Amino acid sequence: MAEAVAFYICAALILGFGALVITAKSTVHSVLYLVADFLCVAALYVMLQAPFLAVIQVMVYAGGIVVLYLFVVMLVNLKRPPEAHSDPRRLGRLGVAMAAAVLVEFAAIFALGWAKPASAGGALSPNNVEQIGRALYTDYLIPFEVASVLLLVAMIGAIVLAKREL
Amino acid sequence: MVEALILPLVKIVIVLVAVLVTVMYIVLLERKVQAWVQVRLGPMRVGPHGILQPLADVLKLFVKEDITPARADKWVFTAAPIIVLVPALIAFAVIPFAGDLTLFGLTIPGRIADVNVGLLYVISVAGIGIYGIILGGWSSNSKWALLGSLRSSAQLISYEIAVTMTLVTVIMLAGTLSMVGIVQAQLAKGWWFGFMQPVAFFIYFVGALAETNRAPFDLPEAEQELVAGFHTEYSGMRFAFYFLAEYANMIVVSTVATTLFLGGWLAPFPNVSWLSFLGLVPGWAWFMLKTFGFLYAFLWVRATFPRYRYDQLMRLGWKWLIPLAILNVVVTGLLKVLV
Repeated sequence: MAEAVAFYICAALILGFGALVITAKSTVHSVLYLVADFLCVAALYVMLQAPFLAVIQVMVYAGGIVVLYLFVVMLVNLKRPPEAHSDPRRLGRLGVAMAAAVLVEFAAIFALGWAKPASAGGALSPNNVEQIGRALYTDYLIPFEVASVLLLVAMIGAIVLAKREL
Repeated sequence: MVEALILPLVKIVIVLVAVLVTVMYIVLLERKVQAWVQVRLGPMRVGPHGILQPLADVLKLFVKEDITPARADKWVFTAAPIIVLVPALIAFAVIPFAGDLTLFGLTIPGRIADVNVGLLYVISVAGIGIYGIILGGWSSNSKWALLGSLRSSAQLISYEIAVTMTLVTVIMLAGTLSMVGIVQAQLAKGWWFGFMQPVAFFIYFVGALAETNRAPFDLPEAEQELVAGFHTEYSGMRFAFYFLAEYANMIVVSTVATTLFLGGWLAPFPNVSWLSFLGLVPGWAWFMLKTFGFLYAFLWVRATFPRYRYDQLMRLGWKWLIPLAILNVVVTGLLKVLV
């Protein structure tokens, strides 16, 4: 009961902050709402008995990535809304297309039964850091390493792009 | 009921009060220590030897006028000091101040919570504090504050990497992320990790100085260049929040250092028989003594070393501390496999 109440409060906060992210007038404010949103998602992970994921969510998303967003937004200082595309209806069409894509995705998840609870080796122990580590370094070793190589490539690419004369 | 609700509440109140009082008196101690180093007396007027000076300071900050600059972003300007202070205080939730105490037949764990990702929790909470600094500088609509906050956040992000790498070595030795588990691992090994990992301890200390914006890394508030850094435009209670957060962060890094490298609440030399009387001193007293020693080192360093230049700071962080910390991780891993 208490858990359900907590879940609905969190879910309402997540949706509320999400709405504020896209409606806020100032870009810096919307980045701040995004941080609050990520913190509420972390609270959801705590409720799901996944403290490791919760902490990583705060550390990587709320604490790391959004700081970079904030830097960009602050230093670029977007005073007026971007008018990159001359066709005013283009954005509307894009929005409809993306909403349709998400709808199809949800439909596929329900139709194909992917929404079933994951059966990853029975009940989670409270110390699920070890379980995550074991899963990452045994069953999912190749995707894990591929992801790390991708990140390395992205990092080198960013350095090469930023420093023209190395 | 008592164990689930009232006990944690009582402990939270005790920890908060202890932290705030420590902050007040660390400020006094800092002024005194610097005065003694420079052959002065320091604050002497309020109370005997200036012992009531912190109360006078707090009163002054309370009654000072609170100014919001014109054209500042009011919401963000108000929120920023709070965003800095709250993470500094909630980090204490996982610090193990003592072992289990028994009082009135009730076993009381000497900490507020023992989460099994305690160390990661401290790191991630510290990461949130950066927002307060960036936003405080940005929202005051002043170039000094903005430049100070950019410097400050660049410094925090750079040194966070080195510090986190040293924490990785400790995690490798302890085999757990829980703060209590790390202390117990030191008890089991019979060595404090500060002795097993002197390089990591040194990098942690330097990184801790930089992360709390303390001298010799107090560039964000280099008076000659930036007036007072990111909190130039702040006054009254909001300035006091920044001040409080800075000193609370000093206490956080000191308690983390005590837990990770100095054996937490453990008494020193447990295996030397004629020193066994040291075990009679309660654990929380050892913890406070070690934390105080670390805090004193902060003040001592401030009174001793001149400030780094900005390029020197970045060079030290990226070209020396981070490679050294990574090398330390590799060597620790190799030793762990080989020995």
